Amino acid sequence: MLIYLLKRLLTTVPVMLLVGLFVFSLLFVVPGDPAAMIAGDQASIADIARIRASLGLDRPFPVQFWNWLWRLAHGDLGQSIFSDQPVTMLIGQRVGPTLSLMGMTMLVSVGLAVPMGVIAAWKAGSLIDRFLMALAVLGFSLPVFVVGYMLAYVFALNLDWLPVQGYVPMDDGLWPWLSRLILPSASLGCVYVALIARITRATMLEVLTQDYVRTARAKGLGSASILMIHALKNASVPIVTVIGLGIALLIGGTVVTESVFAIPGLGRLTIDAILHRDYPVIQGVVLLCSGTYVLINLLIDLCYNLLDPRIRY
Amino acid sequence: MTQFPSPDRTMANLAVAEALPDILPPIRRRGPVRTFIARHPTLVLGAGLLLLLVLTAVLAPWLGTLDPGALAPARRLRPPSGNNWFGTDQLGRDIYSRVIYGTRASLMVGFGVSLLSSLVGLAIGLVSGFVRWSDGLIMRAMDGLMSIPPVLLAIALMTLSRGSMGNVILAITIAEIPRVSRLIRGVVLSLRDQPYVDAAIACGTRTPMIIFRHILPNTLAPMTVQATYICASAMILEAILSFVGAGTPPSIPSWGNIMAEGRALWQVKPYIVFFPALFLSTTVLAVNLLGDGLRDALDPRMVKGV
Repeated sequence: MLIYLLKRLLTTVPVMLLVGLFVFSLLFVVPGDPAAMIAGDQASIADIARIRASLGLDRPFPVQFWNWLWRLAHGDLGQSIFSDQPVTMLIGQRVGPTLSLMGMTMLVSVGLAVPMGVIAAWKAGSLIDRFLMALAVLGFSLPVFVVGYMLAYVFALNLDWLPVQGYVPMDDGLWPWLSRLILPSASLGCVYVALIARITRATMLEVLTQDYVRTARAKGLGSASILMIHALKNASVPIVTVIGLGIALLIGGTVVTESVFAIPGLGRLTIDAILHRDYPVIQGVVLLCSGTYVLINLLIDLCYNLLDPRIRY
Repeated sequence: MTQFPSPDRTMANLAVAEALPDILPPIRRRGPVRTFIARHPTLVLGAGLLLLLVLTAVLAPWLGTLDPGALAPARRLRPPSGNNWFGTDQLGRDIYSRVIYGTRASLMVGFGVSLLSSLVGLAIGLVSGFVRWSDGLIMRAMDGLMSIPPVLLAIALMTLSRGSMGNVILAITIAEIPRVSRLIRGVVLSLRDQPYVDAAIACGTRTPMIIFRHILPNTLAPMTVQATYICASAMILEAILSFVGAGTPPSIPSWGNIMAEGRALWQVKPYIVFFPALFLSTTVLAVNLLGDGLRDALDPRMVKGV
């Protein structure tokens, strides 16, 4: 197990190196002068030269990559071109709201989607199954900001149940924090719920045809115990895998959700960086998100053994 | 001992069945078109909606639209009315015209990305599935690309290039390629073990011939289904990119652009955001329905409706 863990950790190193190389080499691959592109149309030649030097674009590629990697290994993501502050600091200031939003979304989505999928599979072909799966198709088709605006319009503007926009840290009280996260999480979670509910239903349908489920039924176990203990546990590996893979969707959705609900998180930071073409900041956010994504999926891989003891390393 | 009743009494107890009518009523047969619709309702609904949208995009100038870029400062922020069906934005532009013309941008990105990423993904998937030594290398590269969330990857690409329709399509294509190549590689690997491929190899068929005759036709079905899903996600991605200001240039009306312009005003003038959102959702829904329908139609082994 320990050897496997080490092996798996080692395999993530080339993947992360590749992500780094890719994100870094974008500056060189994209046609045209990236320094001029970042500086914008009104920049003077001196401005462009300054940006070129600050990005290290005036040195050969391998040297630049090595320097960049070396600094990255020391936790230095470079300076923002626009505000001249270290990117790590900018990211550090914005991580809190994004983590709150993503955590809340995952918690609620998984708690909602798995029972939805289980019920749909249990009552496969029935009206409730059709209804739930139609909801799932709708969840896939409604873009995050459409759901966000719709929810905010109905529940915040018209009914006035929840605040429209903004973010309050948890230190200022649990309810103010929670109330401002409900609508963003609901809109961000739509796609995620649809994804998990669908995969849960599909795997459950497969598991429910297995012999041991029939045996369980034959020995007189109730539906609840069959579904939860015999079926869901055996269906858990694909479900958990999709929960992990779906995080990519969540990360992308966060950028938009934070903009709709004016949450000062990483997504907002990215959008501001787009406006100023502040590539080091975007680079930092991309690296951080990809790293987190890879790490979470690695952890999920390692959890397979807990869920299904038949999987041996 | 049980006493058996005499045969004539048993007969008396039996109910006599009603006589059958001489001729059975004719079986109602449906034509091939109606059978198809009844069997694949989602496919037909999705395809129909999509066709309607394609027509909208093509016929945009003749659908009662004005010039989508025409400014009319005197008539800005008008709510929907007989003159401006969907109202006007803060520059006085007619939102109905902009939304109708926006269909073009969305469909172009959707179709462009699904076509391009399918072709490139097919090539990569075939190489990876057939050239053994390259497989590990290519798949690790795809793993790396896949671990960057697509929205962020597209944003990073767009920050470094000029905003144009072509660049948007390219950026989203790059973000979608890993998914297609992995799918194709999986299909190719499973096809390679099929007896008919072994037979072809044993007969001395050359590899290109095997690829074209035995492998390619079998990748078509899963690829078509995947392409529709990519089309849907590309449309959403384009809207997201335009919405955050890293997508289609503002001079081209696209649904994401219209929503981005209405963003600051959505609390007071919600209709600016509402109409493009409605069109975007309907289009994506149509493409997704088409994809689900195609999947069920092309792969009969799949449980229906999963």
